[in-house]
Amino acid sequence: MQDMDRIVEEARAVFAATDDPDALEQAKARYLGKSGRITELLKGLGALPPEQKRTAGAVINQAKAMVEAALAERREAIKQTELSARLAEEALDVTLPGRGEAQGGLHPVTRTLERIERLFASIGFAVADGPEIETDFYNFTALNTPADHPARSMHDTFYLLDERGSLAQGVLLRTHTSPIQARYMQAHVAKYAGQESMPEIRIIAPGRVYRVDSDATHSPMFHQVEGLWVGENVSFADLKGVIADFLRRFFETDDLEVRFRPSFFPFTEPSAEIDVAFMRETQKGRWLEIAGCGMVHPNVLTHAGIDPEKYTGFAFGFGPDRLAMLRYGVNDLRLFFEGDLRFLRQFV
Amino acid sequence: MQFSESWLRTFVNPVLSSDELAHLLTMAGLEVEAMKAAAPAFTGVVVAEIVSVAKHPDADRLNVCQVDAGDGALRQIVCGAPNAAAGLKAPCALPDAVLPGDFRIKAAKVRGVESFGMLCSARELGISEDAAGLMSLPADAPAGQSIRDYLDLDDCLHTLKLTPNRADCLSLAGIAREVAALTGASLTLPQISQVAITDSAAHAVHLQAPDACPRYCGRIIRGVDAKAPTPEWMRRRLLRSGLRSISALVDITNYVMLTLGQPLHAFDNARLCGDIHVRMATAGEKLLLLNGQEIALSDDILVIADETGAKAMAGIMGGEESAITLETAEVFLESAFFAPAAIAGRARRHNFSSDAAYRYERGVDWGNCANALEYASALIVEICGGTAGAVTDAIENEHLPKRPVVRLRPPRLAKVLGTPFRAAEITEYLTRLALPFTRESTDFLVTPPSYRFDIAIEEDLIEEIARVHGYENLPAPEPRGQLAMLPQPENRRARFRLRQQIAGRGFQEVINYAFVPEEWERDLAANESPVRLANPIASQLAVLRSSLLGGLIDNLVTNLKRKQSRVRLFEMGRGFAHAREGGHQQPWRLALLAYGARLPEGWGRDANKVDFFDLKGDVESLFAPAELSFARSAHPALHPGRAASIWLAGRNAGYIGELHPRWTQQYELPAAPIVCELELEALTSRGLPAYAEVSRFQPAIRDLAVLVDQALPLDDILRGMKQHAPQQVCDIHLFDLYQGKGIPEGRKSLAFRIVMQDTQRTLSDADIDLVVTRITAYLEQNFQAQLRT
Repeated sequence: MQDMDRIVEEARAVFAATDDPDALEQAKARYLGKSGRITELLKGLGALPPEQKRTAGAVINQAKAMVEAALAERREAIKQTELSARLAEEALDVTLPGRGEAQGGLHPVTRTLERIERLFASIGFAVADGPEIETDFYNFTALNTPADHPARSMHDTFYLLDERGSLAQGVLLRTHTSPIQARYMQAHVAKYAGQESMPEIRIIAPGRVYRVDSDATHSPMFHQVEGLWVGENVSFADLKGVIADFLRRFFETDDLEVRFRPSFFPFTEPSAEIDVAFMRETQKGRWLEIAGCGMVHPNVLTHAGIDPEKYTGFAFGFGPDRLAMLRYGVNDLRLFFEGDLRFLRQFV
Repeated sequence: MQFSESWLRTFVNPVLSSDELAHLLTMAGLEVEAMKAAAPAFTGVVVAEIVSVAKHPDADRLNVCQVDAGDGALRQIVCGAPNAAAGLKAPCALPDAVLPGDFRIKAAKVRGVESFGMLCSARELGISEDAAGLMSLPADAPAGQSIRDYLDLDDCLHTLKLTPNRADCLSLAGIAREVAALTGASLTLPQISQVAITDSAAHAVHLQAPDACPRYCGRIIRGVDAKAPTPEWMRRRLLRSGLRSISALVDITNYVMLTLGQPLHAFDNARLCGDIHVRMATAGEKLLLLNGQEIALSDDILVIADETGAKAMAGIMGGEESAITLETAEVFLESAFFAPAAIAGRARRHNFSSDAAYRYERGVDWGNCANALEYASALIVEICGGTAGAVTDAIENEHLPKRPVVRLRPPRLAKVLGTPFRAAEITEYLTRLALPFTRESTDFLVTPPSYRFDIAIEEDLIEEIARVHGYENLPAPEPRGQLAMLPQPENRRARFRLRQQIAGRGFQEVINYAFVPEEWERDLAANESPVRLANPIASQLAVLRSSLLGGLIDNLVTNLKRKQSRVRLFEMGRGFAHAREGGHQQPWRLALLAYGARLPEGWGRDANKVDFFDLKGDVESLFAPAELSFARSAHPALHPGRAASIWLAGRNAGYIGELHPRWTQQYELPAAPIVCELELEALTSRGLPAYAEVSRFQPAIRDLAVLVDQALPLDDILRGMKQHAPQQVCDIHLFDLYQGKGIPEGRKSLAFRIVMQDTQRTLSDADIDLVVTRITAYLEQNFQAQLRT
């Protein structure tokens, strides 16, 4: 029976010396093939007497199983080696750049407007829109601006010509987003006409506005976001609360001082100017004018058909261009309107 | 308005530093936008008198002066100033003095002669640019006194940015009144007594336009010396208020205006003839103004006239002819109230402005006209001499502005400000503001004073209470309100979603001006009558755009100059046009531009240029799942063979195409960009998804290749096929297009993939063959198609 052990040992050695799957199959034939050594031995069993046959058969079959196991093991090893080689061959330079379209981006001012809209939406402010060619009535009269107010002059406001080339009566390019206030209130009142009380108005109105002004810090076209909250118990304190909350959320810092100081606008009373000062940044403690606001003037409410005794409200107007400049550290307003990709791509 | 703090402190002197004072004013709505010191910092300079002057032995241009600097002994100072003379008083920097620029003075030998200090020019002290010689001080300046004290150089100049409602603060007295209200400090206004009337001359005054001028005070002062010098203290206060000294008479009127806020006008009385008429101008009446401008008056301009004609634009500017000069011997002094509505806008209309008009159009205290006249008279008599005539005080009481009582209800105050105030607090605030009131039950009935033009309704009083209380002391609670969900219409796409989607396809958003050069509209939109501005800031920004295209092309030019070779841009904005029915249309649009390589430069990709179909793919994807159709169509901006109008459900949704070679050349572009402009409304509105049953049976797919005329648009064929296909066909699409080798001249090969499915059963081969046969027959009959085998 030592023969059997030797055969198994020999088969194991032969298999181990083989790296190639074809050679391994040939080597297998030498032991397990039709005329392989183990096959021959099994064939030889028939000549043995029954008692010996059983014993010898068991020994040969055991050896056969061992050779088969050695073969399977070697097959697996060769497969693994081949796989490793293939994987190594297939390796990529993963540092090569990816293919395909590059990501475009939003303009920094729109990006800012989106943030503003989302923040205000989170406390129930809907978004309202209005025309940019506006009537004198909505831009000024409905907002309690006197007929001889300097803002109405051609030094400040863009007026239009009609098709015949003479001054178009009663229309202009809106100088602020406040006319949307007036339009929205009117529509709201009409919608709830006949009801004892109307739901609160909470809107913000972003958009382009136009003024006759052009230098390093002024552009003849810029953006504003108007905000309006009218209800039965809306106070100046609420205005302060909302604005402070907004500015801290917008700039994502509590290291920010907000102050309200008295000012004057025809369409609000009391009126305030909002200043902020950052406590951490380079301009620590410097007050920056950031918005105008106030309690909606009773005349403006009355113009819109709202009873100023029953309802009060506040309005504010932010400059999103200015907010974007502060937020991203942009130092020149004009960059926003030059379309320079090297500038714009920084906000992707 | 600029004012001197030390002048202000002669009226009200709270215990506050300059910074604290500025903060107080700013937080009360009188914004201090600038502060500057009257003089730069320096030390050790005193008033000194030159007692004697001798030539320097070794230098022609130097003198050796013996100087009395008030310290008991004469000191020797070498000085090169041309005006050094015995008896001159001038500032003297003593040894160890530090002058502006950190310049330290030491006792030293100058060319061998000892010098114990330096006599100074105004420039050396940083007071003015005058470096011509020593700064000459008045003869009565006390030797030895610190020059900073003597010239009040520690003063601080504040510049107020006043809102138009606070005309009452356009004077030192007004600011002082405000400071007293805010701090509770006591207020001392100038004592004004009536001058002795020693002259009988007078003009009768006729108020012929009492709405525009309900009060006019005037007086004649004769025998004045117009050449008398303006006193130093007055000159200094004017200068620190930003006004140059002109002559004593002019300076006095300015000084009284700055002090009390009442503009005054002094006429050369010798040029006036007879009675004074305050009337509206007659149209076309001519007047030569003090600034040299001759204007033709219109009938809405108020004038001061004598018997011969208009002498001044009332409250705006005097006439040249009756102006006071250094030769003037008698003046007619005017102190009047002109209604804001009669003054507003008139100066601006003639392109000038004046301090008087600025004040009158905002509101001047009519209750103080006579007082201001007396104050100015007293100063004139004191400084220029002369004899004063009686005051003519013409007044039309019923035309004066009304000051109706304004009711302040404490509950309303609490409602508007969001916090309650006690009656005692309200009383205190109103008292400090000097707003007279009475009580009716819990209400306060306030009668606004004549100098306040901004208190007409309850909210105005509420603002006053809030101001004195301090806006910063009002609460700022977290927002509270009715909770209600905002509508989220699912059939609308938010513009921001759309923008993100466009950005995801590689486009960068830009924002361009709505005003454009007229030729953009003419060339790129064939718009011969764009909406024009009446007052553009520049001729190339004179019309409103109807199309966003010009801006994007301009951005492309800019970026190509900056070596950006691949440019993909978009903008959302309104286009403007005259509406056919009158008025204007201003629909929102979206425009896209693609230029350069199809994909960003890199390895292992095709380097093809972007073409029509790339941008078309972008457009289709933006509209998905809605299906668009494209029709070849002409557009002034576009290549005639490569332009299409875009249709959505039978409505025009925009256009797309390659820029016309003419414009490509004109804008000097190396290649044509592909552009499109879409109606935003078509993009943002969309349908809700509609469920259709998904078949459980296998789909069958057959491909069909046909030859058709090369010029035949695919859309015609595809639309026809879909319309005529049996109902089992759920999709037909083009998967290959080929023309060239192997295809007859003038023909093209189209390969379609037909997907068929039935919701009830699996289709048999016979069913499938029947469908394909029918489609083939349709193509053969309608498009002369030949089946390719």
